[in-house]
Amino acid sequence: MTAQIIGTYIVSLCLVIGSGFVLVGAIGLLKFNDPMTRLHAPTKVGTVGIGMLLVASIIHSFDIGKPSTHEVLILVFLFVTAPISANFIGKVNIHRRACDTPPDPPRDDTWSTLSVPEAEREG
Amino acid sequence: MILATQFLNVALAITFLALAVGQIMSMVRLVLGPTSGDRVLALDTMVINALGLVIVLGIYKGVQIYFEVALLIAMLGFVSTVAMARFILRGDIIE
Repeated sequence: MTAQIIGTYIVSLCLVIGSGFVLVGAIGLLKFNDPMTRLHAPTKVGTVGIGMLLVASIIHSFDIGKPSTHEVLILVFLFVTAPISANFIGKVNIHRRACDTPPDPPRDDTWSTLSVPEAEREG
Repeated sequence: MILATQFLNVALAITFLALAVGQIMSMVRLVLGPTSGDRVLALDTMVINALGLVIVLGIYKGVQIYFEVALLIAMLGFVSTVAMARFILRGDIIE
């Protein structure tokens, strides 16, 4: 059992875990029956699924004797941008009335994402 | 070592299959999607699945060049998702 063989097994394990999460996310996207519920399923694909594939890629590059860790760049980029795009899609759902509007806030008139600036308010 | 390589090949086949099935499922949601938010979400998931396919292709070939392809796909996917969501929200991308 050399380190190379152990590394190959770890790469295989990471790939299988990642593909499992990818499948879970895809099934969730297809099966859930509410836009906001559907929003949460593909986040597993974006973080754990692709993350595991990238970890497998890093370990494999060490395994075949061409070590490189620059896959971490993609990992960090995905982890930073996933909440932003999810926030935008959630805003789209709220504004298109595709989900229940949240209850009124205790102090202000309305939620800031729903308030229209004075300049654009017509009649 | 031969056993380990066979194991890796089976794992690669499983991963390719899972990503392809995920891609097809997202495409079904893209066609069905009752609201436009669902369609944007399905396109975002398809981009991320394509990114995974490129990464796994890089492992399969043992080539480093696919890293740059994956990084480009990740950046383009984020920008296009934000642009589409912004267009639906405001009817305009850059005001």
